[in-house]
Amino acid sequence: MRIQVNGEPREVEENLPLPKLVAELELKPEQIAIELNHNIVRRAQWDNTLLQPDDKVEIVHFVGGGCNRRQEQ
Amino acid sequence: MSTPAVATSDKFEIGGRAFTSRLIIGTGKYRTFEEMKAAHRASGAEMVTVAVRRVPLDRSSESFLDHLDPSLAILPNTAGCYTAEEAIRTARLAREALGTDLIKLEVIGDQTTLFPDNEQTLEAARVLAREGFVVLPYFTDDLIMAKKLLDAGCPAVMPLAAPIGSGMGVQNPANLRIMRELGMRSLLCMPIEGRSGSLHYRTRGVHDLQSHGSQADCWRALPVLW
Repeated sequence: MRIQVNGEPREVEENLPLPKLVAELELKPEQIAIELNHNIVRRAQWDNTLLQPDDKVEIVHFVGGGCNRRQEQ
Repeated sequence: MSTPAVATSDKFEIGGRAFTSRLIIGTGKYRTFEEMKAAHRASGAEMVTVAVRRVPLDRSSESFLDHLDPSLAILPNTAGCYTAEEAIRTARLAREALGTDLIKLEVIGDQTTLFPDNEQTLEAARVLAREGFVVLPYFTDDLIMAKKLLDAGCPAVMPLAAPIGSGMGVQNPANLRIMRELGMRSLLCMPIEGRSGSLHYRTRGVHDLQSHGSQADCWRALPVLW
């Protein structure tokens, strides 16, 4: 099925648990936050969150910057 | 609202944590992680500010937090946000990821100068303070706005001391002095380094910081060691 991750389409298996998506993306779970369809998914709820077709997932982490700078990736 | 401190050796408390250093510095624009770490060490700062961004999905992402000294407190910011709504969302994400209520609130109003949008900043500050955030707002040095931000529940305000990246040193000592005299707790928001890279700009910033006294804190990292 197709979902969107950070604005990009992505094929994943049906009912994929959120932590598996994090693992697929090789992200460190303790350093990210996730929104599903514009709502934050609390870390405690990740295991119970199964992705559905057309879900929109946003995953953020931390980068150097701030002090009013624009994006500094 | 705190009363002005009189010595630089006293503890600096924010968000329930006490710090010895009054410097809070940035993490952007370093050439290498090594350079950043060296600057953080040399500065003696105990808190650094970091930005929130979408992770890249090409597995190119380095884990930025792993490059910070684990003893440093982390102050997430809302850099790059142009509306209250964006800033609120970013703050909530930062809290979820880091488990901290601290947020350096930045809502930019002008892309060229990076001057803050005070109106949007106040709106975001009110919402976030109600949600239990320890909101440290970046704003232009307007006394009435400072009052409103403090009334909204911000434990301190962060007046802009000089245009971002200008390296001009403190440009508004009169306004900052008034805030201080009124007992407003202000953390000076100031680029110490100049984009020119000139030592003169850097040292002028530091001197200004010292003359501002113990209320002064600085948010801009040094790109090279002092």
